[in-house]
Amino acid sequence: MPYQVGEAVRLLPLAPPGHVRTPWYLRGKIGVIERDLGETGDPEALAYGRTDAPPRRLYRVRFSMDAIWGAAAERPEDRLDAEIFDNWLEPADAPA
Amino acid sequence: MNANEPGRRWHDMGGLGDDPAGAIDRESHDYALWEKRVDALMVLASSKGYFTVDGLRRVLEDMPREAFETQSYYERWVQSVTQNLMEAGVFTPGELGVKMEEVAARGETYGECSLGD
Repeated sequence: MPYQVGEAVRLLPLAPPGHVRTPWYLRGKIGVIERDLGETGDPEALAYGRTDAPPRRLYRVRFSMDAIWGAAAERPEDRLDAEIFDNWLEPADAPA
Repeated sequence: MNANEPGRRWHDMGGLGDDPAGAIDRESHDYALWEKRVDALMVLASSKGYFTVDGLRRVLEDMPREAFETQSYYERWVQSVTQNLMEAGVFTPGELGVKMEEVAARGETYGECSLGD
């Protein structure tokens, strides 16, 4: 089931080799679904010529700088939005 | 590549404090004819279904960091387009080699002539 706007999500802390669009510095961080961008082509499959791969749902996820950088955040109240595919997300209350 | 993060790839450099991006160059600049042709080739190849922008990015990001630091934007693009076209079966390295020789034999002024000046 798609995530709902406002739902807290954690980006999976994975480090596979190969073509990935999820920024390293956001992996494992918790943010909130800002909007559902619908389904689009899966870059992890398309990058290798797999044009028959099913589409993936893309979300805009909003993070606070505090959540990303912790005490190192220069402006902890600032926000950062990133577009993340659903296979990189889990509910924030899932066991880490 | 950060020694403390062995899985991290060089292009994924967001937030690396030891290698700040620096100021953004906001000057606009002209593109050379060959750069426009590389861009057009990418549009043509993707519209024909040979590969997508994701394939373009994959090859760019699989390049060593030195490529990013020593080559221009479209120098890296033309290599990625070439690699993707070979993977899609459009031509083989051998066929490309023969064609490159053929084009080189046209002489150094061939490219200038095509500018129409």
